[in-house]
Amino acid sequence: MSAHPLIFNERVDKALADPILKKALPLTQDRLRGGRINAAEQLGNVEEWRELASQIRSHTIANLDSYLEELVTNVRKNGGHVHFAATSDDAVEIITGIAKEKNAKSVVKSKSMVSEEVHINKHLEDMGIKVVESDLGEYIIQLANETPSHLIAPAIHKTREQVREMFSKVAGRQLSDETTELTAFAREKLRQEFLQADIGISGCNFAVAESGSVVLVSNEGNARLTTTVPKVHIAMMGMERIVPTWNELDMVVSMLTRSATGQKISVYVTGINSPRQSEDSDGPEEFHLVILDNGRSNILGTAYQEALNCIRCGACLNVCPVYRHIGGHAYGGVYSGPIGAVLTPLLGGYEEWLELPYASSLCGACSEACPVKIPLHDLLIEHRKDEVEMGLTPFSEKMAFKGFGFATSHPSVYETAVKLAHSGMGFLAKDGVISKGPGMLGGWTDVRDLPQPAKQSFREWWKKEGKGRNQ
Amino acid sequence: MKVSLFITCLADVFYPKVGMNVVEVLRSYGVEVDFPQDQTCCGQPAFNSGYHKEARESARQLIKAFADSPMVVTPSGSCASMIRHYYPDLFKDEPEWKERAIELADKTYEFSEFLVHVLKVEDIEAKFPAHATYHHSCHMSRGLGLKGEPIKLLGQVEDLEMEDLPYCNDCCGFGGTFAAKMSDISEKMVDEKIKNIETTGADVLIGSDMGCLMNIGGRLRRLGKEVRVMHVAEVLAEGGQK
Repeated sequence: MSAHPLIFNERVDKALADPILKKALPLTQDRLRGGRINAAEQLGNVEEWRELASQIRSHTIANLDSYLEELVTNVRKNGGHVHFAATSDDAVEIITGIAKEKNAKSVVKSKSMVSEEVHINKHLEDMGIKVVESDLGEYIIQLANETPSHLIAPAIHKTREQVREMFSKVAGRQLSDETTELTAFAREKLRQEFLQADIGISGCNFAVAESGSVVLVSNEGNARLTTTVPKVHIAMMGMERIVPTWNELDMVVSMLTRSATGQKISVYVTGINSPRQSEDSDGPEEFHLVILDNGRSNILGTAYQEALNCIRCGACLNVCPVYRHIGGHAYGGVYSGPIGAVLTPLLGGYEEWLELPYASSLCGACSEACPVKIPLHDLLIEHRKDEVEMGLTPFSEKMAFKGFGFATSHPSVYETAVKLAHSGMGFLAKDGVISKGPGMLGGWTDVRDLPQPAKQSFREWWKKEGKGRNQ
Repeated sequence: MKVSLFITCLADVFYPKVGMNVVEVLRSYGVEVDFPQDQTCCGQPAFNSGYHKEARESARQLIKAFADSPMVVTPSGSCASMIRHYYPDLFKDEPEWKERAIELADKTYEFSEFLVHVLKVEDIEAKFPAHATYHHSCHMSRGLGLKGEPIKLLGQVEDLEMEDLPYCNDCCGFGGTFAAKMSDISEKMVDEKIKNIETTGADVLIGSDMGCLMNIGGRLRRLGKEVRVMHVAEVLAEGGQK
């Protein structure tokens, strides 16, 4: 599922050297952070809400098989088609198969991270089908030929000036920086695409098991057009994006919008129960629900199960100080930020995603912000533990921690090490400061000075002087 | 009242003065302090790096070292958080050790937490003329839920003018081995922290975790900036004890 050819360190270097990212990202991140905090304050008892939302998600995931069965039964009862895709390839085959059967020439999409996960656009385009993203942010990155860099704000890394230039190129005339003019252009352009499209592909924020409904949360109205105008509607969902009933939906949608953008509720919340019925004035003739596993079921029953509770609000990205500086693309996968660092190695394996669990200072801001209480930073530690146990860490590091374990469990060895620290590191120090260290220490001293270990450690002082003064 | 000091490896090796100041402040409130010499490190570097077998070795040693202590005080929110939150979990498959881990977790206090909640200090007689700001370290504020405690103590120090630090919830970029392993990302984080410290106009940055302070202080020094970096205990002790 790699979206980038560069290795992790190169992606980080590229991001850190990008002046536009540095300018664009913190601005929007601050706005989203502020929105979430305001929305939480309005609730008053946000911790109770988080606890309840977490229980709903945990319960649903623990009983995923039965809720999925209920969902599938009800979707079929309502006249929809259900397809299970065990892998990304299966999902592609199902969707390209429908496109072929319908002889589709064009597809319009509303925002879907699962569709990004299986790279459906590329596969449809390879068949000669025109694919148009209709979410404004997705439209921007499609024009830029990029991937989303944020779960809910895919073009968070772009500036208004960049958008103006891209839109002007498509328009064939110079557009201004005004939001209204830019969005008016996108609206006008996309309206034609909706009317022409043979198939509409949407995501699925939540599927309601009791009624077999797909619920879409959006602010631009594009999801409604995508799912009503074309003759065929395909909704793509991750197998975990399910709620038992509309009661739970109420709760989790509220947590989603409050945590994502700080809205009490999004501009549109659309529930789709079936294809067009005889009494309906509009709607697609056919409705297909593609349920994607792609590694998710392997997470069930593991220490990482809570990662499946995620409702894709992006709150963890918005509070993350690492994401703030490297942006979404540096993570390399479809999902970025803390949840991306947790999920991507689970879905794609350590071989390709070895470094991701280390792209965190373990500050815990993510876990604190998560509306469904996923212990994200603890899951990153869990990943590191698994990498160690699988023997994937460097030999020198293994030896260093072996030594650490030995020294810290043998006080006399430890005491000797502490005693020797000052003189042992003396050759590196000048005026009590180390400004260039070897090996692992070099990572520290590349950026900052390190004090030379004190001439007399605390424990030596205690033995000589400290102890005696205890009256 | 009797307490044992858990110095932490960083303060033991790099910042012994912080430990001396902790002892000094505690004694000024009539607390009897001892220092079990068998203590080493809480094991957090190994734990956070995924070496949990090694972290358990360190943890067992610390649990043994403080077995007879009625209470343990440590000048680090991060190490206290390690003990309180992760020790019981580290021994989830060893009931006997788990019990001992919980016992240590229950009697361990971070320095400001001990002063405010156990000693119930409300009358610090210290004078420290400075313009300062406070760095809320992540493990202390999120891990232990201690935000107001150090601020309350510092607020009682005469002539110490405290400024709120913008973006105070953002990590300084330390993160233990993260600072060395992902040094380029860490650099951007600490630079943003320093930029925010500078907007306060503070001459002194006060904190409760020597890891963060070693990071911020080390970067400040590298950049040739004059801001002084101090632990809460240093401010209280230098400010002239009660």
